[in-house]
Amino acid sequence: MLYREAGDFKTTYAKDQQTFPIAFDRRGYFLTLIIAFLVVPFLVNDYWLNAILLPFLIYSIAAMGLNILTGYCGQVSLGSGGFMAVGAYASYKLMTSFPDLNMIIVVLLSGGITALVGGLFGLPSLRIKGFYLAVVTLAAQFFLVWLFNKVPWFYNYSASGQISAPEREILGYAVTGANVLPWVSYLFCLSFVFVLAWGARNLTRGANGRKWMAIRDMDIAAEIIGVDPLKTKLTAFAVSSFYIGVAGALLFSVYLGAVEVGEAFGISKSFLILFMVIIGGLGSIFGSFAGAAFMVLMPVLLKNIMVGQFGWAIDLAAHFEFVIVGGLIVFFLIVEPHGFAQLWSIAKEKLRLWPFPH
Amino acid sequence: MKLTKIAAVLAVTTLVATPAMADLVFPSLSYRTGPYGANGIPFADGYSDYFTLVNERDNGIGGEKAKVVECETGYNTEKGVECYESTKSMGALVYQPLSTGITYQLIPKVTADGIPLHSMGYGRTSAANGKVFSNIFNYPANYWNGASIAINHILKENGGDVKGKKITLLYHNSAYGKEPIRTLEELSKKHGFKLTLIPVDHPGQEQKSQWLQIRREKPDNVIMWGWGVMNQVAIQEASNIRYPMDKFIGIWWSGSENDVIPAGDAAHGYKALGMHAVGSDFPVFDDIKKYVVDAGKAAGAGDQVGTVLYNRGMYAAMLAVEAVKTAQALHNTKAITPAMMRDGMEALDITDAKMAALGMAGFGPSFKVTCENHGGPGLGMVTQWDAKAKKWNQISEYGPSDATVINALIAEDSAAFAKENKIEERCN
Amino acid sequence: MSANFYYGVEVFLNGLMTGVMYSLVALGFVLIFKASGIFNYAQGVMALFAALTLVGFQNGQIPFAHLINAIFGTDLHHFGWQMPTFLAIFFTLLVMILFAYIVEKYVLQHLVNQEPIILFMATIGLAYFMEGFGDLMWGSDVKKMDVGIPQGGNLWLEESTAFLGGEDFFGFYVDNLDIWAAIFAAILVTSLVMFSQYTKTGRALRAVADDHQAALSVGISLRTIWVIVWSISGFVALVAGIMWGSKSGVQFSLSLIALKALPVLMLGGFTSIPGAIIGGLIVGVGEKMFEFLIGAPFLGGATENWFAYMLALLFLVFRPQGLFGEKIIERV
Repeated sequence: MLYREAGDFKTTYAKDQQTFPIAFDRRGYFLTLIIAFLVVPFLVNDYWLNAILLPFLIYSIAAMGLNILTGYCGQVSLGSGGFMAVGAYASYKLMTSFPDLNMIIVVLLSGGITALVGGLFGLPSLRIKGFYLAVVTLAAQFFLVWLFNKVPWFYNYSASGQISAPEREILGYAVTGANVLPWVSYLFCLSFVFVLAWGARNLTRGANGRKWMAIRDMDIAAEIIGVDPLKTKLTAFAVSSFYIGVAGALLFSVYLGAVEVGEAFGISKSFLILFMVIIGGLGSIFGSFAGAAFMVLMPVLLKNIMVGQFGWAIDLAAHFEFVIVGGLIVFFLIVEPHGFAQLWSIAKEKLRLWPFPH
Repeated sequence: MKLTKIAAVLAVTTLVATPAMADLVFPSLSYRTGPYGANGIPFADGYSDYFTLVNERDNGIGGEKAKVVECETGYNTEKGVECYESTKSMGALVYQPLSTGITYQLIPKVTADGIPLHSMGYGRTSAANGKVFSNIFNYPANYWNGASIAINHILKENGGDVKGKKITLLYHNSAYGKEPIRTLEELSKKHGFKLTLIPVDHPGQEQKSQWLQIRREKPDNVIMWGWGVMNQVAIQEASNIRYPMDKFIGIWWSGSENDVIPAGDAAHGYKALGMHAVGSDFPVFDDIKKYVVDAGKAAGAGDQVGTVLYNRGMYAAMLAVEAVKTAQALHNTKAITPAMMRDGMEALDITDAKMAALGMAGFGPSFKVTCENHGGPGLGMVTQWDAKAKKWNQISEYGPSDATVINALIAEDSAAFAKENKIEERCN
Repeated sequence: MSANFYYGVEVFLNGLMTGVMYSLVALGFVLIFKASGIFNYAQGVMALFAALTLVGFQNGQIPFAHLINAIFGTDLHHFGWQMPTFLAIFFTLLVMILFAYIVEKYVLQHLVNQEPIILFMATIGLAYFMEGFGDLMWGSDVKKMDVGIPQGGNLWLEESTAFLGGEDFFGFYVDNLDIWAAIFAAILVTSLVMFSQYTKTGRALRAVADDHQAALSVGISLRTIWVIVWSISGFVALVAGIMWGSKSGVQFSLSLIALKALPVLMLGGFTSIPGAIIGGLIVGVGEKMFEFLIGAPFLGGATENWFAYMLALLFLVFRPQGLFGEKIIERV
């Protein structure tokens, strides 16, 4: 009744090709934007920001990045943690070397640097495929972490190898450091999410996205119809790494403020992001958001329920959390291997008919 | 549909943390899972048990009940942030994250929020400079003290001359493990020993290369900065190559029962630094047994009482309680705020008489915190593992560390931090 | 010959030994991948879980003691007996078979015909689950693993080779534990090969590995085969858990050995048992020699973590299916 295609006529090509062709979708999208940009900033406090919103936004960017590579181009990568580290250290070096550089430019440049590194590590993908490639990207993961831990130049020769984000301002408001107002850092990250999601959506709809998907579905066939695998795979690696680099830069500078490379960007981070992509749905921008939300919210929720509501002993709760998270992952994969995105589209199918299913 | 509704309602109610402002709140950012869980458990148990004891025996601190809010971090910085934010609003008085990574991360945050942070024997060493770090405390001893105390012990064994000796530092390749390097380099210049650095990557399950290198180079002493599985493997490998155990000294984080028991008898004679007493031969443990364990109020499984890390957690809690008492006296109010707590910590004066009154005579050194010096006196001693009796023995008195070397390093590092963050010096 | 040369030889020997330890972990991966096409990330956690269970049985620990105490307010810890090692190993095997059955029934069965990446993710979920479950069941303190395998440098070898390198050299150092591990690995591989070559079940296993559909159509029950394979790799995990656990004590970090096995798999190929052994040896020797010759003197050490992966990367560029992996044939 509410969600319908019938009667929604398009009179121009532009209208027919818009991102959300169905009116209900479009309204929902604008409503979400309005709430996110105009309502949430007034409500957000430290806890919501740091425990839920910032990690959600930042991981969404990373998940989108990995989704471009894995979901759209079919190249499985376990190096996301290492690429995030590149973004983080790039932003640290930029922030400390050029104190007057605008933070927006810092973050974008960090993404650019990560894109270069990602492209480099993408080269073997021309020869190596499938699981072998996944494990090869671990080489990037371990090597990059070792590098940032080893070479003192990257952490400005500090005694312990920790990097800490100095305070930087945009329009007079601090966006990094300890004195940030919650709504400022929220809006800062949200703007990046918005622009990057918009970019990702349109990239994947355009010629590039089609090439990526052709390579994903069958690379030899794609080559025969004229898709250059070198260019296509490398652009996928580069674009994906750009997103992941931006996420790494934001994670370090806005969210955590201080990181230690082995701990913050270790192999578990790579797995976490891959989880978001898989649980959310491969090859779906919406899925990236849903996956990130799920993986960020669930542990917090479980903890609050078990410790906060039921008052369980903290160690039992911690162990149960592992059991439940693991169990839920397996459960979701069994119920819907294509992730939340698939559930969402099934829901939409149902909604089209509702409330008259016959 | 119903289920999702219930879930949504549950989600909203549980995500909104409801703070209770009545008690003195002590968050315990613990870790009972993950690669370092085995070390995190006894510390968290000791920390929480002492507060239980104070509540049960003394009816709280100055009549005000203490409440420990435990939050599992899993040694993970992001969970640490969540824990910090969720406990901050409850009126948390002091944070003790037991993780160098989380400490670094919280330093700017607690300073902005006006809450004190106590990193006892870990964290950022230069935070000992109270002129720059207003809210960070790391008394009674820090890593650089530890490095110096280890060298002092070696000096003493060699009659004060270590010229030309070879000393190897085996360290966890992380912020934590890298902390002592600068100090040891300075000390090696001063005393003329040759320092070799051998990093071990997390987690440290495989250390064959490192120990073959030690076997080749035959250093006169090995100093270890390890944590988690790295400790157990290192001690096992040392005994495998028949390295003399009494020449092998670990930092206080490499000297718990967990670290030596897996190696069995082979670990006999292994040394570790200490900043507080070992064993349960103090009157306070009788009270803990009576009021906490036997009353069924012990934290965790209740089987850790008297282990090294349990004692450390308990010691940390004791120092926090004493700081609260100091703050209560200072501000003449029972219900203190984090800012008052900070003042209390800065004015903390631990005397032998106070310790004796708490049933902990000789448990730790007596010391005094001042506005300039948040690091305490930097006293430490050496303990040795007795594999037959399965206990640690204290084998030296509390000794000082090399203040000239360390203070210069602290001044240098904190000045750099002050410059980077535009902090003006206090206490003038 | 200078002492340095003999040091090199010593490092080489130890690299081989470490390689065997890696192979022990990698074997479990290969078995499961061959039979079901699943890249089982939970293999490391299985090693941890098996080792925990073994030690728990040996010491007569009560499973879930902490949970029971928390719910019923009791104070249980131990049954009060010490179980002989053999019996404990036997019971642990039963637990691992039960585990294999449960995994098959509740996880694998529902995921037939899914993409490899989904299956891989499911095993990571399984790994999380078992981590928490193991902790709940046996507690998360560090436990001593003692099944009577000697540890420490082999004295005989040291004394008989000490004359080689002059003053500074005291004979080759090889850990007794590693020698035992090598012996066990040899027995394990031989019996696995014998099993798959000369028994009926073994033939069925190979048939399933070749082609699921064809195997099904000649009447082989996939489900039984999977339970058998997971049980065998549970046994391999137990052996790996015993060996690694003797070194470090049984604790959470034991599960991280899975990461050490991945480059071994890439080198050897996911589907070859001899590949797992040879890959392990190459990785072990490669990373130890690199650390000895280049890593420690020039790069500041701790290079082992990434070196194995880099080696595998270079290797795969030239041979994308690993040393012994099945040739990848692509058709349009």
